[in-house]
Amino acid sequence: MLLDWFAGIGRNGINATMTLGRAGIMLFNALWSLPNIRKNTPLLIKQLFVVGVQSLAIIIVSGLFIGMVLGLQGYTILVGYGAENSLGPMVALSLLRELGPVVTALLFAGRAGSALTAEIGLMKATEQLSSMELMAVDPLRRVIAPRFWAGVLSMPLLALMFSAVGILGGHLVGVEWLGVDSGSYWSVMQAAVDLKDDVMNGFIKSVAFAFVVTWIAIFRGYDCIPTSEGISKATTQTVVHASLAVLGLDFVLTALMFGE
Amino acid sequence: MSAESIVELKDVTFKRGERTIYDQISLDIPRGKVVAVMGPSGIGKTTLLRLIAGQIKPDLGDIYFDGEVINKMGRNKLYEARKKMSMLFQSGALFTEMSVFDNIAFPIREHCKLPDDIIRSMVLMKLNSVGLRGAADLMPTELSGGMARRAALARAIALDPALIMYDEPFAGQDPISMGVLIRLIRELNDSLGLTSIVVSHDVSEVMSIADYAYIMANQKIIGQGTPQQLLKSDSPLIHQFMSGEADGPVPFHYTAEPIEEQMQEVFC
Amino acid sequence: MNNRKIEVLVGFFIAAGIAAFLFLALSVANSGGFSNGDSYRLSAKFDNIGGLKVRSPVKVGGVVVGRVAEIKLDTNSFMAEVVMDISVDYKDFPETSSISILTAGLLGEQYLGLEPGFMMEGIETLKPGDYIQDTKSALVLEELIGQFLFSQGGED
Repeated sequence: MLLDWFAGIGRNGINATMTLGRAGIMLFNALWSLPNIRKNTPLLIKQLFVVGVQSLAIIIVSGLFIGMVLGLQGYTILVGYGAENSLGPMVALSLLRELGPVVTALLFAGRAGSALTAEIGLMKATEQLSSMELMAVDPLRRVIAPRFWAGVLSMPLLALMFSAVGILGGHLVGVEWLGVDSGSYWSVMQAAVDLKDDVMNGFIKSVAFAFVVTWIAIFRGYDCIPTSEGISKATTQTVVHASLAVLGLDFVLTALMFGE
Repeated sequence: MSAESIVELKDVTFKRGERTIYDQISLDIPRGKVVAVMGPSGIGKTTLLRLIAGQIKPDLGDIYFDGEVINKMGRNKLYEARKKMSMLFQSGALFTEMSVFDNIAFPIREHCKLPDDIIRSMVLMKLNSVGLRGAADLMPTELSGGMARRAALARAIALDPALIMYDEPFAGQDPISMGVLIRLIRELNDSLGLTSIVVSHDVSEVMSIADYAYIMANQKIIGQGTPQQLLKSDSPLIHQFMSGEADGPVPFHYTAEPIEEQMQEVFC
Repeated sequence: MNNRKIEVLVGFFIAAGIAAFLFLALSVANSGGFSNGDSYRLSAKFDNIGGLKVRSPVKVGGVVVGRVAEIKLDTNSFMAEVVMDISVDYKDFPETSSISILTAGLLGEQYLGLEPGFMMEGIETLKPGDYIQDTKSALVLEELIGQFLFSQGGED
């Protein structure tokens, strides 16, 4: 019985390692080539549109609401200490350091990541990837690479927009509705927020999340079992694995960046 | 390796996990002919095409394409070799995100730097040869099954390959599109000087166009010859396959213990 | 959707991302301020610095003139030594200036308040690297309460 249990652990460990290896090889093969600017730029733009522009609405709306909630919650807590002037830094630091990168990555995994997995999985199931390979066109470079770069480029931009909109949302609630002084909202915020420590570290976080989420999404699609059941499973896995990876990585990065 | 063969398999063994798909098979495909590979479903006929295309590698043996061993090529040479072959997939495998025109133009745009108007004329000619010039601006989802397969055929011949492989071209086609496809395979083969490999289990259709045929079963090639030779063959296996009998050397029953024993287990 | 429209929308998307970054950099964050501009260093020793931190502001009459660059313990005197970066725009403070650790509001963050001393003949100005002699330590709430209780007890 005990041996079975160990064998189970061993099997899972081997499978996980092999999956990671396949994912690494896929990414390496997709990116390890000289980009052909003339051919790849239009593909990248198309994917930036699908992955980035089409995620804009959900990011802006969510950012606005999260900023407004932060404004409301922060105000009710801070006003108890007579410290409602600190609302600005509270909203800005929460968004820049944590919520902007993390929530953007989670929404991105749900919106764009699952779509990438499903699209690539469907291309695999309908033999489009195979037929591309037989036309002597490498699907890793033609299909996978532009999607990967589009994800890695657009998510940090989305996270920046999320934080910016969130801070405006906090301003809307805190200043316009609850009567915090507008001048102190901005000036106390500026005194507390540091360009390098807060804005840049948050940006670095979102680049790391973008890498991980996009990688998981395209690999799950590329590696899926090419049936309708396999695709639906792969799509679920993308959202679950990407979300867990983002939250775990967030802890590590936060410890490295802000822990002393 | 004779100069007349474009593809030659020598003692190829291929296993998928523990299961042997091919056990030391050898076959060759003469240049300029339409060669049929037939056999019951589930014996890995598509696998054969993937082996020839170098998408998978055999466990033993060598596969020659145009005089070179395809399973020992590096990535770049393999991609060069693939420009000389193309494959028509069972599903057609048209790219769903682009129009029929862009689908046919895809391999041309990927491999040749040509001005737009030349590409346009090439694509329209290919589409015309499969009778779909009028459907150039449709999306693949708007095509019927037969039309999708013809469009895929136009894409397969876009770069004027030397070899074209058909994976079950007749599966799920109505009699009219089946007739169209049979005619197209034969005509394209003769007019473009191609070599065609047709993998199928639709005996009568394939026999009407094939110059030569291989019959596969039980991991081996069990028969080969021209259609006439095969029809006259006295091998029971070939006879069963050609006339479509339910039971024979290929058993109706999947391997199992005798029914009496199993029933006894159930009722006791 | 045609290519032109996609290109325009993607261009808009990237521009919006850059605009968001500029907004965050310019109007949300302090873009370095004194840490980037030219500054000179002054030091001061305190018995107790309370909650003072690196990067806490140094103010004169409420105007930020610098930031705390470094906090260490002087192992000879066992006093806290605070090193400040003061902007070169604000110099020639007299050496009679005093510096104290103040608190913004009841629970706000702590900062250094620099009180320029009187100017007269014979009094030098503070040079880079100089120590400010007249320092007032942070008010520690526990000590205040203790003193209060003690003085209450003394009256009875």
